[in-house]
Amino acid sequence: MGAGMPHIVEIAASASMGMLLLAIGMATWRLLRGPDLADRVVALDMITLLMVGFIGVYAVRTGIDAVLPVAIVISLIAFLGTVAFARYLLRRKT
Amino acid sequence: MITDILIAVLLLSGGAFSLIAALGIVRLPDFYMRMHAATKASAFGLVLIFGGGAIFFADILVTLEILLIIFFVYVTAPVAAHLIGRAAYHMNVPLWKETQVDELAGKGSAPRHDEVRTDRKEGVASERKNI
Repeated sequence: MGAGMPHIVEIAASASMGMLLLAIGMATWRLLRGPDLADRVVALDMITLLMVGFIGVYAVRTGIDAVLPVAIVISLIAFLGTVAFARYLLRRKT
Repeated sequence: MITDILIAVLLLSGGAFSLIAALGIVRLPDFYMRMHAATKASAFGLVLIFGGGAIFFADILVTLEILLIIFFVYVTAPVAAHLIGRAAYHMNVPLWKETQVDELAGKGSAPRHDEVRTDRKEGVASERKNI
């Protein structure tokens, strides 16, 4: 971790990872429980967004910037998945 | 030192925004409100986290990558939310019982491309084209 006093960033990154994990857990609860299929789709979309954020925090925590393209790819796939689900919901109605 | 504190604040507030979004998706009473919380708050938390990352790495290529991520999330998240919200409305996902205004209420709830799809029953090819 570069500079002389890296502790603040490390502690903050760990705490942020914990908050993101808790948020992923809560979104998973909604994914499992969601009264409607649309709720599940939104929860899944949000889980992937949170995973992208987690990858960002992970890159800061470990100092490895090579994992950032993974975040790009995951956000792209999340968008495509959500659009596909929305189409599927619209089509299933008829 | 100052940048360390700035990075720490950005990471923590990003995590806190994500947590607030998760709280919203668990606690809000209505699908549409949950969608609102999930999309906006988590996208903003993402921007804060990656801003912290950009300051942390302080490298032009990494910053460009991070700008790409932020741009991509900010372009795609509203589109995805709009599509899923419209799909949910046309699936008749119920609104909250205390909702005051439903501007789409009297306007015939079929979406445009869906209307096209159900009206043109005769041509399978044109039907395919519109999906």
